[in-house]
Amino acid sequence: MTVSEPRTPHAVSAVTDAGEGTDEERALFESVIADDKRIEPRDWMPSAYRRTLVRQMSQHAHSEIIGMQPEANWITRAPSLKRKAILMAKVQDEAGHGLYLYSATETLGTGRDVLNDQLIQGKARYSSIFNYPAPTWADMGAIGWLVDGAAIVNQVPLCRASFGPYARAMVRICKEESFHQRQGFEILLELMQGTQAQQEMAQDAVNRWFAPSLMMFGPPDAESTNSAQSMAWNIKRFSNDELRQRFVDMLVPQAEVLGITFPDPELAWNEERGHYDFGELDWDEFAEVLAGRGPCNAQRLQRRRDAHNDGAWVREAAAAYARKTAGRAVEGAAA
Amino acid sequence: MAKAENSKFENRATEAAGHETWPLWEVFIRSARGLSHVHAGSLHAPDATMAVRNARDLYTRRMEGVSVWVVPSAEVTASDPDAKGAYFESAQGKEYRHASYYTKSEGVKHL
Repeated sequence: MTVSEPRTPHAVSAVTDAGEGTDEERALFESVIADDKRIEPRDWMPSAYRRTLVRQMSQHAHSEIIGMQPEANWITRAPSLKRKAILMAKVQDEAGHGLYLYSATETLGTGRDVLNDQLIQGKARYSSIFNYPAPTWADMGAIGWLVDGAAIVNQVPLCRASFGPYARAMVRICKEESFHQRQGFEILLELMQGTQAQQEMAQDAVNRWFAPSLMMFGPPDAESTNSAQSMAWNIKRFSNDELRQRFVDMLVPQAEVLGITFPDPELAWNEERGHYDFGELDWDEFAEVLAGRGPCNAQRLQRRRDAHNDGAWVREAAAAYARKTAGRAVEGAAA
Repeated sequence: MAKAENSKFENRATEAAGHETWPLWEVFIRSARGLSHVHAGSLHAPDATMAVRNARDLYTRRMEGVSVWVVPSAEVTASDPDAKGAYFESAQGKEYRHASYYTKSEGVKHL
């Protein structure tokens, strides 16, 4: 029996574009997708599949990184040491999620520095939700409950995405997300058991975050341009509208526990459908925010740019130190 | 974080004590498509190609894997196991990083 073996060991990282592929390579890709298995970085894949993943995964990574800002802003103003520690842990998690996702994207052959440049130059997209302001402490509750709640509904199916490194990163992220949603819910629960002013603050925050969190699932199915192909490739498992419905059905009983209402007069149980009906969302607003004209787009990007520039000396110092110690090791070896 | 002492590691066999010693390689096996490569053990081999081949022969005799990675052992930087208490101290006492810490929402569905 002959075994074909590479003369030189294979590198682990991916090639950026493997071209059209041989018949055999294309057949393998199709069969892996058909069997609902995972594509790994060194497998041949259609360049459109690679491009789609780089776009989606890097947008996801950017969202985690930009998503630190609305909450990081409240760390110094959290109402207790306990809440401060929790908020720091959560923001730290978001940074970690960004790093998992950038690393997973790098296995597709696009470097993190390239992705980072796209973000700070304003050429990359990230979730529109993070362009809304977080003016009160109750926003920390609403973000955890609604924004992280929507993220979980979106992300759980991604744990089965067809690209191995993405799916594995999502498994790790979903495990960590569970505390984010709960701590947000508890912030609101405590406020709703507090003074009337605290209750009003909680209600106000939910009023502002409800519709934007529903829009996190993306445009309605009829207008979602990339959806069909992503579903055919097993990157996406459920349509935007399906996930949005699942989220609303999950939220309404939770809101009842809180004693909070949603700013949607059309929100009502539909016995026939077995789901909650809800009103039309303002997709013009969504388009505006996505196009960069939301309430905080400029501020978020500028903050990210400043952080990158302010951190330049740290990166330079670390690289200089590494060079210096490497030089010493060589000298030591020669001596 | 102590770098493995052999920082002048070269990726080939070296002369030592009068006979040739092959470098040590750490072996990682992916048991199925979709799973991570997981550390399986180590072996000696004169170069990377032989290390991959030997790893296949040594660690996948019962169909344990669909992919093998090898990494020169001397290139692995590890934390100091004796200092693990202090080294991982910062993660201790932070139960609030787990969802189970938040008990007030107990019984609420999908949280």
